[in-house]
Amino acid sequence: MTETTTHENHYVAKDFKSDQEVRWCPGCGDHGILASLQKVLAELDIPKEKYVFVSGIGCSSRLPYYMNTYGFHGIHGRAAPIATGIKIANPDLMVWMMTGDGDALAIGGNHFIHAIRRNIDIKIILFNNEIYGLTKGQYSPTSKKGLVTKTSPYGTIEEPFRIGELTIGASGRFFARTVDYNLQLSNEVYKETALFNGTAVVEVIQNCVIFNDGAHDLITNKETRDDNTLVLRHGEPMIFGKNRDKGITLENLKLKVIKFGENGYTEKDVLVHDAHEPNPGIHYRLAGMHLPEYPVALGVIRSIRDHTYDEAMRDQHVRIQEASKIKSVDELLHSGATWKK
Amino acid sequence: MEKRLKVIEKDDVVVRFSGDSGDGMQLTGTLFSTTSALFGHDISTFPDYPSEIRAPQGTVGGVSGFQVHIGHKQVNTPGDYADVLVAMNPAAVRANARYLAKGSTIIYDSDSFTEKQILRAGYKSDPFIEDKLDGMHLIAAPITTLVKEVLKDTELDPKSILRTKNMFALGMVYWLFDSKLKYTEDFIEEKFGKKPLMAEANSKVLRAGYYYAETIQAIAPSYRVSPANIEKGTYRNINGNQATSWGLLAAAEKAGLKLFIGSYPITPATGILEELALRKDLGAKSLQAEDEIAGICSAIGASFAGSLAVTSTSGPGFALKSEALNLAVMTELPLVVINVQRGGPSTGLPTKTEQADLWQALYGRNGESPVVVMAAGTPSDCFHYAFRAAKIAIEYMTPVVLLTDSYLANGSEPWKIPSMSDMPSIKVPWAEKTETEYLPYERDPVKHSRKWAVPGMAGLEHRIGGLEKTIRGSVSYTPENHEYMVKIRNEKVEAVVAEVPDLKVTGADNGDLLVIGWGSSHGHVVTAVTELQEEGYNVSAVNFNYIRPLPKNTAQVFEGFKKLVVCELNLGQFANYLRIKHQKFTYHQYNKVQGLPFTVKEIKEYCIKLLEEK
Repeated sequence: MTETTTHENHYVAKDFKSDQEVRWCPGCGDHGILASLQKVLAELDIPKEKYVFVSGIGCSSRLPYYMNTYGFHGIHGRAAPIATGIKIANPDLMVWMMTGDGDALAIGGNHFIHAIRRNIDIKIILFNNEIYGLTKGQYSPTSKKGLVTKTSPYGTIEEPFRIGELTIGASGRFFARTVDYNLQLSNEVYKETALFNGTAVVEVIQNCVIFNDGAHDLITNKETRDDNTLVLRHGEPMIFGKNRDKGITLENLKLKVIKFGENGYTEKDVLVHDAHEPNPGIHYRLAGMHLPEYPVALGVIRSIRDHTYDEAMRDQHVRIQEASKIKSVDELLHSGATWKK
Repeated sequence: MEKRLKVIEKDDVVVRFSGDSGDGMQLTGTLFSTTSALFGHDISTFPDYPSEIRAPQGTVGGVSGFQVHIGHKQVNTPGDYADVLVAMNPAAVRANARYLAKGSTIIYDSDSFTEKQILRAGYKSDPFIEDKLDGMHLIAAPITTLVKEVLKDTELDPKSILRTKNMFALGMVYWLFDSKLKYTEDFIEEKFGKKPLMAEANSKVLRAGYYYAETIQAIAPSYRVSPANIEKGTYRNINGNQATSWGLLAAAEKAGLKLFIGSYPITPATGILEELALRKDLGAKSLQAEDEIAGICSAIGASFAGSLAVTSTSGPGFALKSEALNLAVMTELPLVVINVQRGGPSTGLPTKTEQADLWQALYGRNGESPVVVMAAGTPSDCFHYAFRAAKIAIEYMTPVVLLTDSYLANGSEPWKIPSMSDMPSIKVPWAEKTETEYLPYERDPVKHSRKWAVPGMAGLEHRIGGLEKTIRGSVSYTPENHEYMVKIRNEKVEAVVAEVPDLKVTGADNGDLLVIGWGSSHGHVVTAVTELQEEGYNVSAVNFNYIRPLPKNTAQVFEGFKKLVVCELNLGQFANYLRIKHQKFTYHQYNKVQGLPFTVKEIKEYCIKLLEEK
């Protein structure tokens, strides 16, 4: 049933474009995410029929329609359990989940943390534009405190979730962050996400041109981005800045931004990124860094290979099936106390 | 065998075990049932317990009961009134006084009839006089004292010693019925295999109870019920939740699919998730989801990926699943949703039975949302209807709601084990790669079902979801397309009528009154009508297991009768549904919403009254 033909998969990005007209607003960050994903899939040696793109509701969740793979457009907030069912039913599939800050963190918050807790092999791409776009501009669980929207005409009075903190707090093994139109970084991140085994969460800093334009301006515009972001790569020192003259160090159990040459700091004081460190302490702090005190961390912040839910289920099935005397329904029906008349 | 002084020969006897919710009455009842079934009686059981795990001791609200009806003839209900009551405390007497037959036997633990306990149960002085039970055969057994005496040399702690009281009572009942102790002794050995002290104590107390009853036999009648004359075959005891689970496993095996269940624990449906979680040996995959919504959504995902997908729940959980159930309607994926109904609304009566989720199943969703609705009639035929629900879901690519209820889920009866080779085949409508493009919503001309292409099948990649689609699976808001799709989804569910067997009438095809039940009303309706027929009334019965669509011959059956009455445990949901579907008939209603099943007696009384009315 789920047999696939083995073939050499010489795909190009175009092979992953569906015949549906892309309906996002011109200039929307989602176009960048779509292009990047199509490019990355074409580079992987996986038959196309093994991909499933699952989504909830919102602008992000239209993406499966534009991918020429198997796709399932679910209901609001429920992409994670749908994806979970797909992965359990057929662990050979590579399951991607497209979601947004409203879909994953408000109505779907419960499912989001439980998917992460189980560590089921699902790749969650979370488009974070800090606003509800499809319902035309209400604040979301990631909107900055004080944001004026249609449902917060006097500014929000709620603290936002930080997706990385939430993910790692829910015992997430993989968390990465990228920017919608930074295609080079996105390709790198999505590729690592694809190859990771377990629940992977990627926060994509995404711009809604209509309802929250410029929300991420400080980390995306050419003038300020290099001073406001830190691109993390495993094994590389945490150096950033337009002039590559700043870095991150650990002092008094806190992360600290240092400038080389000031107060006696040099490059040697800078932390080296270890994405594979199981202890979540530093990853949690890195994921939580935010302006103006810290640069925003991009790249793969945490990547821990652990036993996945789907692997554990397979192992348990093998073990029970070897041990059990019941091999068919007929045998089950006759098990236990029976009598003849 | 010792000579017995007074033996009552009966066709059937109803026994009720009753005590505090921690007294082990459910276990005691189950052991007695199985022993009776192994002897060859037909049986029907009904547990009745509070939702609190340990409700306040000694109060009427904390009483846990288990009723067993054993018979020489076919037994269709757990019985209206108990012939034998085992009462572990005064509250058990208070809770059951009105469910006792005339001349019944009450075995009670006289040690627990202290002044304090009597007051706590709401009595002022003597419970048996206050409830006018002094004419019954009262057997006062100082069970607590006797158990302590029997186990005085054991090293068990006092709490564990008292926990064996139920075995003493059970031993006494076994003597009353001249039953063998072997099954229970084997059970004790298996259950307490790792705790030899407990095993020994329980066996010792069981035997002590038996011998005590023998010693005092002069004051109590004992009962003889000959084995039932039932169809040849291999039998087992089965309850509704187990039968439902096994029916689903049978369907998966027959269809060549993996079974997936995504559910969230909820009384009284949890047994289904628990049973299927055990069945990894048969490849069943189970997910205890984070909530009801995740339960059904994971099942929808598994269905999209090619499993026979199931979610099980009860009323409040079914409400939470409504939106997702519509996603399965829209994506036209096979899905079996089991609602083990309980008393509602809201949290309602979690452990009690009711049939009040029928409208919820039929109508409780946004938009035009047709689903197949079925209802099982007895604990064991949950197997059959779960199998049929899965078969219809797969072959018609549709969600199917199967209604059972607390009464069926927890009730048990002997069941003739079917052979898988006798079960009907299930044909999975797989899509295949052809020269032409796969269109997700292209339909079978007769069934109107679409073809099932699942991830992993090369060349059949497609996208579906909750938005309205064209035949190609493209999102479409075109007015004509939407109307076409709404109608065709409806026609598909109506086409399921081809799978629905004709109604079978119990009794003559014509008469003064047709008594109509649905789902679990079956046993009480059929028993009441059979007794009325024996008494010379011109009455017949039908019981509906297919609600949507209804059997083809429904109107034809109704036409044969002067009067129709619909009996159901709600305020008339099925009666009103019939008023919509078959408008030319007048429907009387007999309704009960007490969290309890019908009694045969009350149905009969209502029918006689109706027959006497002009």
